[in-house]
Amino acid sequence: MTAAIEVSGLTVRYGEIVALEGVDLRLEAGRVTGLIGMNGSGKSTLFKAMLGIVRPDQGEIRIAGRTAAEARRHGTIAYVPQSEDVDWNFPVSVHDVVMMGRYSRLGPTRRPGRVDRAAVAEALDRVELSEYTQRQIGQLSGGQRRRAFVARGIAQEAGIMFLDEPFAGVDKRSEATIVRLLRELAADQRTILVSTHDLHALPDLADEAILLLRRILFQGSVSEALRPESLARCFGLDPLEQDTLS
Amino acid sequence: MTLLDFLLEPLSYDFMVRALVTTVVAAVVCAVLSCWLVLIGWSLLGDAVSHAVLPGVVLAYMLGLPFGVGAVIFGFLAVGLIGAIRSTSRIKEDAVIGIVFTTLFALGLVLISVVPSQTDLNHIIFGNILGISQSDQLQIGVLAAVALVLLLFKRRDLTLYAFDPVHAHAIGLSPRRLGGLLLGVLALTAVVALQVVGVILVVAMLIIPGATAYLLTDRFTRMLVIAPVLSAASSVVGIYLSYWLDAASGGLVVVTQGVTFALVHLFGPRRGLVSTYLASWSRRAVANG
Ligand SMILES: Nc1ncnc2c1ncn2[C@@H]1O[C@H](COP(=O)(O)OP(=O)(O)O)[C@@H](O)[C@H]1O
Ligand SMILES: [Mg+2]
Repeated sequence: MTAAIEVSGLTVRYGEIVALEGVDLRLEAGRVTGLIGMNGSGKSTLFKAMLGIVRPDQGEIRIAGRTAAEARRHGTIAYVPQSEDVDWNFPVSVHDVVMMGRYSRLGPTRRPGRVDRAAVAEALDRVELSEYTQRQIGQLSGGQRRRAFVARGIAQEAGIMFLDEPFAGVDKRSEATIVRLLRELAADQRTILVSTHDLHALPDLADEAILLLRRILFQGSVSEALRPESLARCFGLDPLEQDTLS
Repeated sequence: MTLLDFLLEPLSYDFMVRALVTTVVAAVVCAVLSCWLVLIGWSLLGDAVSHAVLPGVVLAYMLGLPFGVGAVIFGFLAVGLIGAIRSTSRIKEDAVIGIVFTTLFALGLVLISVVPSQTDLNHIIFGNILGISQSDQLQIGVLAAVALVLLLFKRRDLTLYAFDPVHAHAIGLSPRRLGGLLLGVLALTAVVALQVVGVILVVAMLIIPGATAYLLTDRFTRMLVIAPVLSAASSVVGIYLSYWLDAASGGLVVVTQGVTFALVHLFGPRRGLVSTYLASWSRRAVANG
């Protein structure tokens, strides 16, 4: 089976700062993978490199057997941004945001048709936000905001979904709802990569975990990833890694 | 004097009718564009581009080309220079913008001073609403129509670009191209507004209407209606005031827009300072019995 995502030798620098170094990664369809790493470990950069937002200095990225640019044109990847990257005061409704998932299928003016409205309504229903479609996006709770963006990915009919810190600032109940939703999406053969530093949610959420600290420290089962010695390396408690912290 | 005289007398002059029509056209285009500019945070860039197009306009005049062509070239040149200097030096962006646009604007002033023409320097700087000729009017009308059609045709993409450029990129649209489109329209719009209110006040027309509308609604589509309506109304009021007070018309148009913003900020139904104060005051009164 070809991997949904295959990354090899990926290195990304921001000027002097090396954000990712020699990252190799393979993700398969139908699985949820947790991407674990502390602040500044390169999680967002990894997402952005796979989306083609930041240009890699080295390395290759294949998405569903295609180059990243081809995958974008096919709308293969949906992205749920981290909360800090969204202007929550922007004057758009929940419905407007989810409709943005359909844009690549629409004509030059992006005027939605009946099929698109139906897809948006269905996606909103799936994430249990049907009551809130006309709310301004910032007038939702933290968990509802995340679900609105997940709905956008569902409306996009993307086979791959990246979620950057979806549990940050989200209460426990919403977290459980999002976990259940992501499990359902994986059961539909989607590939899901979730960055988080919420380790408690990990066993319920993920089939697999990746520990990232500029390089991939570990990729494998969740239980192995959660072993104290793995976590110590990932969160920089190991004295040998101290210098990379600052 | 009756109200009817107040309204009709200015209209008996051709130049007043032309001034009203042209100002309203410019005000509407600027206002529509301003909705995106204030949301993206491009106000300063709008100021920069509206100044930087000046040498392009003068060169176009010298070469007999449409003003819009020169303006768009210099608009992009300004933004290209800003980006280039920003990425190759340690100077902060606001300083870079300041350096680039003032230099290009100054170049424009120099060009005007050496090019023999009927265009008075003062007209470029302060606008010349009352002296607009029929050919100016035609040119303004064409540029405004092009800008408006582009904006409305691409409005959903532009809003996506303003809200979430990463998603735009992820679904295969080009944020660069959308940003470029917005810049090109900004340059065209600057030419339109420049002839009406002058270089210095263009930026007001490019910021105030969108900002005012943003205080009034949570719907972008409504902003696109509120901003031009308020902006057009302010223009009409400003021009009438300038007729009866015999004072600077461009200045009065912008003052009226600014006063409108202040009134909305104070008395707006939902976010106005006074209404939020009254709401919290009555809540406290209720709570205290
Ligand atoms: N646009 C940027 N310019 C410069 N440095 C950046 C930029 N984005 C991220 N970085 C740096 O790259 C490293 C990885 O950041 P990031 O990918 O955001 O990590 P995470 O998402 O895991 O917190 C950090 O050291 C951060 O400071
Ligand atoms: Mg991050």
